[in-house]
Amino acid sequence: MQPAFSVIFLTTLIGMGQGLFLALYTGQVYFVLNVVDKVSTDTFYSIGSAASLGLLILGLVASVFHLGRPERAWRAAAMWRTSWLSREVIILPTVMGLIFLYGLVHYMGWNLTVLTIGAVVIDLSLLIGLVATLAVFSLYIATGMIYACLKFLQEWHSPLTVINYILLGAVSGFTLATLIAAYNQPELIPFFAGWSIVLLVLAFIFRGASLIRNKRLRPKSTIQTAIGIRHNQIKQKAMGFMGGSMNTRDFFHGKTAFFLRSIKSLFIILVFAIPLIMLIIALLKPSVMILAIATVSMYLGLLAERWYFFAEGNHPQNIYYQAIA
Amino acid sequence: MTQLALVIDLNVCVGCHACVTNCKEWNTSGSAGALSDDNPYGKDPTGTFFNRVQTYEVGQFPKTETVHFPKSCLHCEDPPCVPVCPTGASYKREEDGIVLVDYDKCIGCRYCSWACPYGAREIDEHQKVMKKCTLCVDRIYDENLPEAERQPACVLACPTTARVFGDVHDPDSEVSVAIREQGGYQLMPEWGTKPSNHYLPRRKNHVSYKKDELERVDNPLKKEDYQVDASEPSLDDVTSW
Repeated sequence: MQPAFSVIFLTTLIGMGQGLFLALYTGQVYFVLNVVDKVSTDTFYSIGSAASLGLLILGLVASVFHLGRPERAWRAAAMWRTSWLSREVIILPTVMGLIFLYGLVHYMGWNLTVLTIGAVVIDLSLLIGLVATLAVFSLYIATGMIYACLKFLQEWHSPLTVINYILLGAVSGFTLATLIAAYNQPELIPFFAGWSIVLLVLAFIFRGASLIRNKRLRPKSTIQTAIGIRHNQIKQKAMGFMGGSMNTRDFFHGKTAFFLRSIKSLFIILVFAIPLIMLIIALLKPSVMILAIATVSMYLGLLAERWYFFAEGNHPQNIYYQAIA
Repeated sequence: MTQLALVIDLNVCVGCHACVTNCKEWNTSGSAGALSDDNPYGKDPTGTFFNRVQTYEVGQFPKTETVHFPKSCLHCEDPPCVPVCPTGASYKREEDGIVLVDYDKCIGCRYCSWACPYGAREIDEHQKVMKKCTLCVDRIYDENLPEAERQPACVLACPTTARVFGDVHDPDSEVSVAIREQGGYQLMPEWGTKPSNHYLPRRKNHVSYKKDELERVDNPLKKEDYQVDASEPSLDDVTSW
C-alpha cells in the first residue's frame, strides 16, 4: 500500500496518548493496591492527562487530512454495527472525554471516596480511570481491527496487528510517562521505566513475530485467479491506460526493496534498541535528557514502523496494474 | 430477488476500448457531475474511469494468445467494500443488487477502495468522493429511452456483443444461460466475495474425427476403391446381390 502520512500520524499519536493514560492509571492502581509506596501528585496526573489529551487531539487533527470531505466527518459515526472505522470514530471522542474528566478530577482535587473495601479506598478518579481504561483498550482494538479485518491484505489480517497496535502504543506512552516523571516527580522514574522496559521487550517479540509471519506469507491471489485463466505463463501487456490513476498511486509504495529493508532496520533501532539502552541508563542514573532521547527516538521510530506496516501490505488489486503499453 | 450483472465474453472481446469510451462519455455527462480528467492531453494524464480494458499474453512465444480483459466493478453478492464504509454511503441495493455510492454521504476516506480486492473503486480527485461503476443505473430504468437502449453504456457500445447485461438470479435469462452453458466464472473466488459479473472463457471449437468416420468401411455400390482387397467378397457383397 501507499502509506498515508495522515494515518501514520493519527495511529502513532493516539497510540502514544492512550499509552500515556494507561501509564498514569497503572501508577494509580499500583498505589491504591499498596504495591508501590510512591504516590503520584495531582500535578503529575494533571500534566499527564493534559499531554495524553493533547496527543489524542493532534491525532484527530491529522486524521482530518485523510478525508476528502472532512465537513461530513460526523456521518462516520453511522455504521458502527459493521464498520471498525465507524467504531473508532465513536470511541475516540469518548476516550478524549473520559481522559479530560480524569485529569479534571485530579486537577481540582475532587477526591470523593466512592467505596472502601478493607484498606483499599476507591475514589472517583479511580472509577473514571477504570471506564477510561476500558475505552482505551476498545480504541486500540478498533484501530487495529480497521486493518486486521481486511482479509485479502494478508500482511494485516492477523491478531498480531491488533496486539502490536496495543503494545507499541503502550510502550511509547509509558516511555513518555517516564519522561514526564523525570521533569515532575523523579521518584516515579523506576516504576515507569521498569514497565516501559517490560512492554518494550513484549512489543519487540510480537512485532518481530509479525515480521517473521509476513516474510513467510504466500499471496492467495495470483494473476491466474485474477483473470481466471489456467496457464502458468500469463503476463500483463497493458493495464488499459498509459497515464496514472488511483489504482497506480494508492496501492503501492513505489520504493525499492532496499529502501523498505532500510526502514525496517531503522525502526528496529529507533523503537527498540535506542530506547532500551536509554531506559536502562535512566534506571541507573535518571536524567531528563536521556529520557527525552528515548521518547523522541521511539516516536520517530514509530513513524517509520507505521510507514513500514502500511508499505508492507500487498494489495491484490496491484496484480491488475503491472504493465503499460 | 434480482441481481443485475454483466457477463463478459473473453472469447469475442477484441480489445477495442469502445466500452471504456462510452462508459466515460455517459458517466461524465450525467446529473452526478463530471468524472474528473486532469491533463487529458498533457504530460501526466489522469482521471477517474469506471471501466478499463486490459491486455494479457498467455503462454510463451510462439505459442501465445492475447486475451483482452475488460474490468469494472463486479457488483459482488457479498461486497467487502460495503460493511467497512463508516457513513453508509456505500450500499448494495436490495431491489436489483447494484452496489452504489451515495456521493452526498461519502467522506472520501478511501477505506472502501482498500477493501476491494479488484481495484474497482476510484476516487474523484475534484469532487473528493469515491466513485465506481453504477451499471448505468441512470439509464437502465429510464422510460424516456427506447426499451432496447435501457442497457449500460458499455453494453450498447460493444461491437462484438462481448458484453451481455441481465439478471443472473433468473435462471432463464440470457446471462444465466450463458454462464451455465458456456462455463462462466468469477474473478478471485478465493475471497468469497461472490462477484455477480461473470466472464466467459476463451473457447476453441475442435472437432475430432475418427478414421472410420472419414473412410467408409462398407461400400455397397463399389463406387470408390477404398477397400484394401476388393477381390474378396465382403458381407455386403453377400447381402446385396
